Amino acid sequence: MIEAVGLSYQISGRFILQMLDIKIEQGETVAVMGMSGAGKSTLLKCIAGLLSPSAGRLLLDGIDIAGMREAELNSIRRRIGMVFQYAALFDSLNVYENVSFGLRRHHSLPETKVREVVQEKLSMVGLPGTQSLMPSELSGGMQKRVGLARALAMEPDILLYDEPTAGLDPITSATIADLIIKTRDEVGATSIVVSHDLPTIKRISSKIAMLHRGRIIAMGTVEEMADSDNPAVRQFMAGSTQGPIQITR
Amino acid sequence: MKRDPNRNPGKPGDVVGDILHDVGDELAAVVSVPGEITYHTFNKFFEFIGEFSLLLGRTLKFIAKGAVDVRDTLNQMAYIGVASLPIVLITVAFSGAVLSLYMSQLVVKWGIGSYTGGVVGVSITREIGPVLTAVVMAARSGSAIAAELGSMKVTEQIDALRALAVSPVRYLVVPRLLAGVVMLPALTAIADLVGTTGGYIVAVMNGVAGGGFLSTLKTQVVPYDVFMGMLKTVFFAVVIVVVGAQQGLRTSGGATGVGKSTTSSVVISIVVIYILNFFLAYVMFGGRTASL
Repeated sequence: MIEAVGLSYQISGRFILQMLDIKIEQGETVAVMGMSGAGKSTLLKCIAGLLSPSAGRLLLDGIDIAGMREAELNSIRRRIGMVFQYAALFDSLNVYENVSFGLRRHHSLPETKVREVVQEKLSMVGLPGTQSLMPSELSGGMQKRVGLARALAMEPDILLYDEPTAGLDPITSATIADLIIKTRDEVGATSIVVSHDLPTIKRISSKIAMLHRGRIIAMGTVEEMADSDNPAVRQFMAGSTQGPIQITR
Repeated sequence: MKRDPNRNPGKPGDVVGDILHDVGDELAAVVSVPGEITYHTFNKFFEFIGEFSLLLGRTLKFIAKGAVDVRDTLNQMAYIGVASLPIVLITVAFSGAVLSLYMSQLVVKWGIGSYTGGVVGVSITREIGPVLTAVVMAARSGSAIAAELGSMKVTEQIDALRALAVSPVRYLVVPRLLAGVVMLPALTAIADLVGTTGGYIVAVMNGVAGGGFLSTLKTQVVPYDVFMGMLKTVFFAVVIVVVGAQQGLRTSGGATGVGKSTTSSVVISIVVIYILNFFLAYVMFGGRTASL
């Protein structure tokens, strides 16, 4: 279970997250939606232990990771798989080396076993036989799938997806969304998907949380959110320019 | 400072005037609020010192714990050493040659031409070899470290390393620091040899007896000079690698940020190398006088 209580993140005197509360049950897939710059990626990076919250508690199965030291966080991070917005593949390493990167460093597995795991994860994301390719030889969608294979290789029980379909065509987006569902069903991991792509959100999530001005202002199932009384949620779900959310320059 | 859109409306030819006016305003602000500039400069300076020390401390801690990837270190040694070698050979050889050109003209006139060997040898082993090799390495390899780590930072590869529970310092900085500390003295030894050879050729062309050149070279250049010259470069290598890594790891703002970090790493490294060189020379050679 992932629970944030009064979570705040501040940078240069500006609050990105402010007294945020959220609770995600084991095995759930929760989509966090919100405007660009609302703090969605910041929330994800706090949960992954990549950013240290300024205040509040962040509990992973009851253990507070807020304020943990880097060395302590490393044992938590091995349980978490993160898929980055632009895949963040190591561009000096090929697909095989990328997918096996965490395995080689944290498990003393024989090379034959490593090869097996890489093959299995690449097949799972629909990219068998791409081991020797370099990241620059892959399309954006393929890079994201290799990024997912790299995260899955560590067999995490929490998966964090940062804008998994941003910048992709509708068909590739749907393929990635199906892959997230397939991963949820096969791995059974708790997943948080940060996105503002409504079709993907509706397709994959068991619950939706709306992040606005550094707080979760509403959370519920897709149907509950569609019928929400909250004007900001209604505006976002309808994709309207009329409402409490105004784009200011 | 924002340009006033109402200033000289409708006169497109006055755009240049507007820009000049703005530049004047900026200069006026710089001169009128020196306190702010001083504060900002000091702030940046201490921030740099803090980040540099922390990064160096963390890197040394990993090395002390034996957390070293031998394969990565060997790769970096090949990359740093081989990449810098041709430029080091050319710059130091010609520096030795030009030093010998001036020196031999002067001392041949005084009838002590053979001393060219001693002067060129001492200058190259103590100063030109170590400092020039370090400057070349800062430009060639320090900039590459800042650019590589900087682009990894802006494309979230550094975050990806941390998310996979791998320390970027251990994975990226440790091999580069070890490679730099081994390769810079090695490059300096080669540079000393090539620089002195360059000096010898030009001296002989200028009428200095080859045997005399080598004789003063042997008597004036002692192993202490060569060893201390190489030892200086160990400190220079630490500066080059840690500044490059520190500038790279703090990069933000996309391609422009990577460019800024790369430039800063070279500028900072070269300035620090020259300042540090004076103090190291003072400690190592301050009490010693070459008996020319």
